[in-house]
Amino acid sequence: MSDKLSQSADKVLDHYTLFRQPEYKAMFEKKKSEFEYGHSDEEVARVSEWTKSEDYKAKNFAREAVVINPTKACQPIGAMFAAQGFEGTLPLVHGSQGCVAYYRTHLTRHFKEPNSAVSSSMTEDAAVFGGLNNMIDGLANAYTLYKPKMIAVMTTCMAEVIGDDLQGFISNAKNKDSVPQDFPVPYAHTPAFVGSHIVGYDNMIKGILTNFWGSSENLDTPKTETINLIPGFDGFAVGNNRELKRITAQFGIDLTILSDVSDNFDTPMDGEYRMYDGGTTIEDTKAALHAKATISMQEYNTTQTLQFCKEKGQQVAKFNYPMGVTATDELLLKLAELSGKPVPASLKLERGRLVDAIADSHTHMHGKRFAVYGDPDFCLGMTRFLLELGAEPVHILSTSGSKKWEKQVQKVLDGSPFGASGAAYGGKDLWHLRSLIFTDKVDYIIGNSYGKYLERDTKVPLIRLTYPIFDRHHHHRYPTWGYQGALNVLVRILDRIFEDIDANTNIVGQTDYSFDLIR
Amino acid sequence: MSLSENTTVDVKNLVNEVLEAYPEKTRKRRAKHINVLEAEAKDCGVKSNVKSIPGVMTIRGCAYAGSKGVVWGPIKDMIHISHGPVGCGYYSWSGRRNYYIGDTGVDSWGTMHFTSDFQEKDIVFGGDKKLHKVIEEINDLFPLVNGISIQSECPIGLIGDDIEAVARAKSAEIGKPVIPVRCEGFRGVSQSLGHHIANDTIRDWVFEKTTPKADFVSTPYDVTIIGDYNIGGDAWSSRILLEEIGLRVIAQWSGDGTLAELENTPKAKVNLIHCYRSMNYIARHMEEKYNIPWMEYNFFGPSQIAESLRKIAALFDDSIKEKAEQVIARYQPMVDAVIAKYRTRLEGKKVMIYVGGLRPRHVVDAYHDLGMEIVGTGYEFAHNDDYQRTQHYVKEGTLIYDDVTAFELEKFVEAIRPDLVASGIKEKYVFQKMGLPFRQMHSWDYSGPYHGYDGFAIFARDMDLAINNPVWGVMKAPF
Repeated sequence: MSDKLSQSADKVLDHYTLFRQPEYKAMFEKKKSEFEYGHSDEEVARVSEWTKSEDYKAKNFAREAVVINPTKACQPIGAMFAAQGFEGTLPLVHGSQGCVAYYRTHLTRHFKEPNSAVSSSMTEDAAVFGGLNNMIDGLANAYTLYKPKMIAVMTTCMAEVIGDDLQGFISNAKNKDSVPQDFPVPYAHTPAFVGSHIVGYDNMIKGILTNFWGSSENLDTPKTETINLIPGFDGFAVGNNRELKRITAQFGIDLTILSDVSDNFDTPMDGEYRMYDGGTTIEDTKAALHAKATISMQEYNTTQTLQFCKEKGQQVAKFNYPMGVTATDELLLKLAELSGKPVPASLKLERGRLVDAIADSHTHMHGKRFAVYGDPDFCLGMTRFLLELGAEPVHILSTSGSKKWEKQVQKVLDGSPFGASGAAYGGKDLWHLRSLIFTDKVDYIIGNSYGKYLERDTKVPLIRLTYPIFDRHHHHRYPTWGYQGALNVLVRILDRIFEDIDANTNIVGQTDYSFDLIR
Repeated sequence: MSLSENTTVDVKNLVNEVLEAYPEKTRKRRAKHINVLEAEAKDCGVKSNVKSIPGVMTIRGCAYAGSKGVVWGPIKDMIHISHGPVGCGYYSWSGRRNYYIGDTGVDSWGTMHFTSDFQEKDIVFGGDKKLHKVIEEINDLFPLVNGISIQSECPIGLIGDDIEAVARAKSAEIGKPVIPVRCEGFRGVSQSLGHHIANDTIRDWVFEKTTPKADFVSTPYDVTIIGDYNIGGDAWSSRILLEEIGLRVIAQWSGDGTLAELENTPKAKVNLIHCYRSMNYIARHMEEKYNIPWMEYNFFGPSQIAESLRKIAALFDDSIKEKAEQVIARYQPMVDAVIAKYRTRLEGKKVMIYVGGLRPRHVVDAYHDLGMEIVGTGYEFAHNDDYQRTQHYVKEGTLIYDDVTAFELEKFVEAIRPDLVASGIKEKYVFQKMGLPFRQMHSWDYSGPYHGYDGFAIFARDMDLAINNPVWGVMKAPF
């Protein structure tokens, strides 16, 4: 034990550097050799190599039961996200209380914003007798304390397994004066063992619309010139929803975003905490029944909702997280078609600038191989954009992806010579992707923060472009949709490529001849 | 505007005002959980460890979080299956910064998420068959795994699965411990029951079913660290001190811990407990069954660290006592320098704490060491014995809140306007929006370690950087 301490007041060492000091390194060594009873370094190295092999990949892909590092969450978090895009809306998650703590935490870690939602806090007795009393008390307390304009109810798997009936419970609670009879309490059953967060999103939007529109089919509902747009579960919603509003304002379209979290998930710091901010108003939500059309930005987030809109006599259109030039073209043409208004010249100008930027940088994108993972719609949108840039999407993976989705991705890949080496993997997880990357290497991974473990293991650089992003700040404030959004995405990818090139050409006297000032 | 200008809040009155907002039934229940500490009081005067009230926005989690997230999850050479639907494991994936050293995916699995991903058919027909397969696949794909735990999510206990039978059968088949944990989220009132259930499964499925390693040689100086989850490396900056005073830490529970360390624990001479709340159960069990004494210690802040080192050393011979004094003396100049640097910047600053486990009391003296003052504190999932232990740390007039609701905490903070709020991620941005400096005191706000002397320097730096950042000064627009 030397007298000199590593720690000092002048230069405080925290975990980044403290544990690299010799006294800690010696301590780790001793703990390992004397107490951990682990496997030999040789054995660990052998198995480590094996996990990178074709043999391991075959075993890994033969898995039928265990899911490892999936790219999906469960329904209620999607439902909560959907509900939080309506003005003054407090989600009440009916079931065990820990779930709500998890959803709030997850969303907060991504958006760096407060996230308000309550639980009906069911425990063992409610498991036996049902959660009616929890609903009655929960609605009354939430309504009195937090003064919402609407309480949206969804369920955890506990309430689903015991079969609690939300419709009955809510009307019961209203009869007990938990909330006024005319207070809106839309609901959605959101079993965690069916689908994923994107299905929960769909269920909740449909639940809210049903609440205000009525559930019966009504093809003759009178129509206005308004167009509805449903963004879907989107980590970039703050930037994207604002961009959509900007775009449609240029058209002069009367747009209603059904579930707009952009203000609620991006409140200013000015001394006042806003528990609720912005969001689709109840008035607009009611009026949205009369919209001539509803556009979904993410098909797989709105399967049931779009069907419902159709049943109300609306025209519907669906996209798959449209990113890039041609996907944005299609969105704008659809807006033009539905509204009867031409695409404004200002947007044509933006398009030209985006194409110009792509042309300026195309040499760095051309032929680069990518792995893409995330929600089904994101993967489709990202794949299309990469193809457009002359990059090669190679592994496209989504745990929520179905056979239908795989075919859809394949069709996109087949539409471009750059898609020749690509394949879609629905229902697979990031441990599968690890095998794919080790056995068929790519240059970059596009995904979310969870991908950093893939980056560490495979040494393939990660670009974070989808939810959740916990370890980088503020990107969600910038759009990824529209021509401006496409430019942002392009720059994010390019920056990573340039950083990667610099990092690989910076050894003095050995590789730094390529450490170019101009790229 | 000085945030601490409002120093004359009538706290009792404030409590009544805040409670006024509740419906009557809820008001009566919540009133029992809030108190202003009186001089000469026997305890904190709050009720605890009872059910949270529906709809009030409790900050608590669940039993699964207490077992998988806290106790079992950090055991690095085992794979912990989140058994049930996909969400629980997804949300708790890498959420707690339980640092460990290992080759993730090869001999350690701490930052991975394994789930049986229940589908409707598993709910209807039961998930035992799937669980068999999950365990087989894990053992095939991760041959170096030393054991497997089954962390039950809500549906498991509701659909009548027999995970114990699966665990016994598979354990025999793969020749490794397979531990069924009945930590369904609806059990109990908070994380706390999950800790207890997890402790009990270590007792029943590790101590009772496995044996300490045959070649393990005991010494008279063998101790364990119990209830340190190595968040940001806390257990490491604690372990180093125990080793420096001449003790041998034979096990870490459970941060950076291994199954072998759990198994060898009954060979310890003393179990040293940091987080009493989450692991007193196993310590009491070892005391009864193996006659191993246990002792609580507190490694937050130099006053408590020195006191704890002396108390620990007192259980051993003079050589340890001498070394403890040497270690305290060795760190003192660094501690003095840290205090000299930061105390002037933090003196008199008021703090409100709301966290879980041991911290609502254990960190109090660390703040005192920096000249700061605690004006409110409370626990997410404490029991009565925690509040008894808190009495010793806090002074008259301190506001105590148990299982505080988001509403109450917001109102209390708004009225008291402390200089720092020390709570969790769900609270962080609420108070920052109000213009209040904030530190997450579950995750150390991604910093740490905070334990031990090395940790104290980081703690002091972090409190300073939160409170004295210029951002608070530009909050108000000049127009």
